[in-house]
Amino acid sequence: MITTYLFYFLSFIAIMFALMVVLSKNPVHSVLYLVLTFFTIAGHYVLLNAQFLAAVHIIVYAGAIMVLFLFVIMLLNLNKETEPQKSTWLKASAAIASGLLLVVLVGSLKGAETIVPTNTFNPNIGLIEKLGKTLFGEFLLPFEVASILLLVAMVGAVMLGKRSIK
Amino acid sequence: MSAIEVVPLNWYLLLSTVLFTIGVLGVLFRRNAIIIFMSIEIMLNAVNLLLVAFSSYLSDSKGQVFVFFIMAVAAAEVAVGLAILMMVYRNTKSTDINVLNKLKW
Repeated sequence: MITTYLFYFLSFIAIMFALMVVLSKNPVHSVLYLVLTFFTIAGHYVLLNAQFLAAVHIIVYAGAIMVLFLFVIMLLNLNKETEPQKSTWLKASAAIASGLLLVVLVGSLKGAETIVPTNTFNPNIGLIEKLGKTLFGEFLLPFEVASILLLVAMVGAVMLGKRSIK
Repeated sequence: MSAIEVVPLNWYLLLSTVLFTIGVLGVLFRRNAIIIFMSIEIMLNAVNLLLVAFSSYLSDSKGQVFVFFIMAVAAAEVAVGLAILMMVYRNTKSTDINVLNKLKW
């Protein structure tokens, strides 16, 4: 019973904070709300028996990516006064368009059959042993390709960040 | 006790749909390029949540491995994207996407 309430609570604050990211005027507040959204999503991962993924999610997103965002925002000195705003018409049309998208997606999900959990339910699925065996067995080649992708991204970021290229 | 036994999968589908739509709203709603990046992160996380939910309900760890790859791609995307943004700021003194209209007819 408490798990159901926890699901409701986490879903509610995830949606609330995600909306606050979009709607808050100050970019620094947006980043902080996004960190809170990521924490609630990590809570969902724990509820879904993906404990290792929850830890990685907090370390990578809240620890690395959001700090990068915060650094850039503070480096560029963005605040409420410099924040560009769209006109009311464009804001209203954006809200209507995304609302229609939500209606279409929910309508298409309404007829979907639900999956009942399989009988061979394995609670150890999210633990590091099982995940590591899958990652370094079946997905070894994509893992190596991901490392090349990170190297390329690092080289690209350094190239773009240089002040002038001779 | 985990959520798998008491929460139907459809609720996770709905939650991910709502989060994804909020990300789309953010991309359409804002003019600051950094906020648009953050909205893209929200969309990626909605998809991640859905993959983890399916992985748990089907007792298959492949979905969670895919989430690792999505995280790696997101980290690469943010690094390159913020570098581009810094360069845009250096040249135009703003992160407003409306100043980037040179390719518009």
